[in-house]
Amino acid sequence: MDELLGSIVRGTGLGGLYALLGVSFVIIYRATGVINFATPALMILGAFFTGAFGSSLGLPFFVSVVLAMIVMAAIGMVTERVALRPMVGRPAFSAATVTVGLFIILLIVAGRLIGSELVNVNDPFGLNTIEVFGSTLFTLDIARLIIAMVAIAIVGIFLARSRTGLAMRATALDQETSLAQGINVGRMFGLSWGISAAMAALAGAMLTAGGSGVETTAALFALKALPVIILGGLDSIKGAVIGGMIIGIVESLTRTYQPLYLPWLGAGFDVIVPYIIMIIVLMVRPYGLFGTKEVVRV
Amino acid sequence: MSNDTAKSKRTTHGRPRLFTSYSGEMAIFNTRVKLIWAILGGAVVLALPFFFQRDMVALFTTVFIYAIGGIGLNLLTGYAGQVSLGQAFFLGIGAYTAAVLGGESKGDVIGLGWDMAIWLPLAGLVPAIIALIVAPLAARVRGLYLAILTLGLVFIGEHIFKEAKPLTGGAGVGRTPAEPVLFGFDLFSNHEIRFDLFSNHEIRFDVDRFTVYYFACFIIFVVLALLARNFTRSRFGRSFAAVRDRDVAAEVMGVSLLRTKSLAFAVSAFYAGIAGALLSVIIGRISPETWNFFLSIDFLAVIFIGGLATITGSIMGAIFVVMLPQLVKALTGVLPIDQGVGQGGLLNVFELQTIIFGVLIVVFLIAEPRGLYGLWIRLRNYFKAWPFSY
Repeated sequence: MDELLGSIVRGTGLGGLYALLGVSFVIIYRATGVINFATPALMILGAFFTGAFGSSLGLPFFVSVVLAMIVMAAIGMVTERVALRPMVGRPAFSAATVTVGLFIILLIVAGRLIGSELVNVNDPFGLNTIEVFGSTLFTLDIARLIIAMVAIAIVGIFLARSRTGLAMRATALDQETSLAQGINVGRMFGLSWGISAAMAALAGAMLTAGGSGVETTAALFALKALPVIILGGLDSIKGAVIGGMIIGIVESLTRTYQPLYLPWLGAGFDVIVPYIIMIIVLMVRPYGLFGTKEVVRV
Repeated sequence: MSNDTAKSKRTTHGRPRLFTSYSGEMAIFNTRVKLIWAILGGAVVLALPFFFQRDMVALFTTVFIYAIGGIGLNLLTGYAGQVSLGQAFFLGIGAYTAAVLGGESKGDVIGLGWDMAIWLPLAGLVPAIIALIVAPLAARVRGLYLAILTLGLVFIGEHIFKEAKPLTGGAGVGRTPAEPVLFGFDLFSNHEIRFDLFSNHEIRFDVDRFTVYYFACFIIFVVLALLARNFTRSRFGRSFAAVRDRDVAAEVMGVSLLRTKSLAFAVSAFYAGIAGALLSVIIGRISPETWNFFLSIDFLAVIFIGGLATITGSIMGAIFVVMLPQLVKALTGVLPIDQGVGQGGLLNVFELQTIIFGVLIVVFLIAEPRGLYGLWIRLRNYFKAWPFSY
């Protein structure tokens, strides 16, 4: 029983990270119809900048996270302008492949920046624990959940209430009509990449918190947010949050109980649980929980 | 009326190279230049192994293998417009199918030791069947679902490869690959070719095992490349292009999206499986970690650098991707690159090579989607019209 609560809380922490990354994917997908396979590299770069600001400038964790998010937003916007803008009007699979190219470029850059020394994000959570109902919970998991929800709420309010957010939603709905209404569609694409990269940076900082250090091998973690958005629906922010929670908790529960009850599935089975859920979702409900079913007119 | 011209396919006077029939235009070697290039290329390929060391010959063999995998991916991505990040998964399935059927049994690891005539086709068919089972999941929805699904396959596959110890040897251990013995003739051992000239002069050749395997892979590559070229000229090839260019229009015309996409995926997996089986022989000992996401990206680089929707382009891309590390190593003296895998210099060899792939994928997609093949077309057209610009 103690294990169950601890496991669920760890799952919600993980779910928070997935939700952040899922929102990062969804924002770009809604704006440009492209799945951004460069997200893992953006995440690692974000974690690196958080650590770099923290250790070289001696800034507190939250200040360095915000700075890293700003830097990554700028990098995201520049990337969009240089590599993705020329792909407007070209097939989605070409643009998606451009992001695969960007992924390996940015990943090598990140690996080189990190170098051989241990980069630590210097978070205040570490491995601290609190006791609730007799279970030991990591404060980091709770912090991950809360910070992710706050960040997503801010983005949600921005999209729902602000003028720019309205323009972004209009662009997502219909690019040509938005253009006719005087919206600078290109700028909206850039902005989507900026927000998305900042979310990925935040996810990276929270992922590498807890003293594990920033490593490029952690990048592939972000790809597990793809099953999340398939589950939630490719174009739904609400879906990304709920899907993230479901997959985070299921993954965490698997990690706790699978070695006990189903050991023949092998070590590290929890890592591929999101992908198995994804295959089931594609079988049962291909547009996910909250995705818009695509209707095509001739 | 012009029965003669239709029969001879080309007019005999006026413009001798004018196509006067559809079959003439769609012929595999529809111009004489193409035929000459193909013969020249074949001659170079036949001569190459006798001028290079065995490690280079092994590398050239890898070019053929990458070209096979690249052609498969190009049928799916270039012709049918579906991105797959799962090529590595199917290479792995092919390699392990081959290893289980044609490999040696050692300890707990299963190996049946069958002939290559059995394991090679099955190394293609097993991945193709898996692809046929999986494809409908992604093919019934539009967009990039296949890319995400295949990405998932790579990770699930890596886990299975690590855990299925009787088949794969398990993580960090690996197993021996299939043995390329075709009808009792070992394609990966040294051979001595002897023939009598005028019954008293005996001529002897010692052929290195890498050279033998090189020729074996070359023949398989030629067969598969011609098959692919034929495939693209067929009804199926045209339906692939229709689905890529406008899926709604294709569907209206009676092309089943689900069937076409699944077929493209299965054919691509077949090629990948064969490539994986052949590659495992060259690698020598296959470990589950080989078939990862980055190997898939290598194959994406092959087709996006080589050129989308061209078989020739896939071959060019394979040459580029496989030979680039050699070029990079040759340049290490000039550029600030670290020789080993350390942290010295600006970048090490592996990092430089990977970053070049990334940059070239992006640059080619933006500037020249037809890749190296497109550059060749531009160059050719320039000289064709020289000294005029068009």
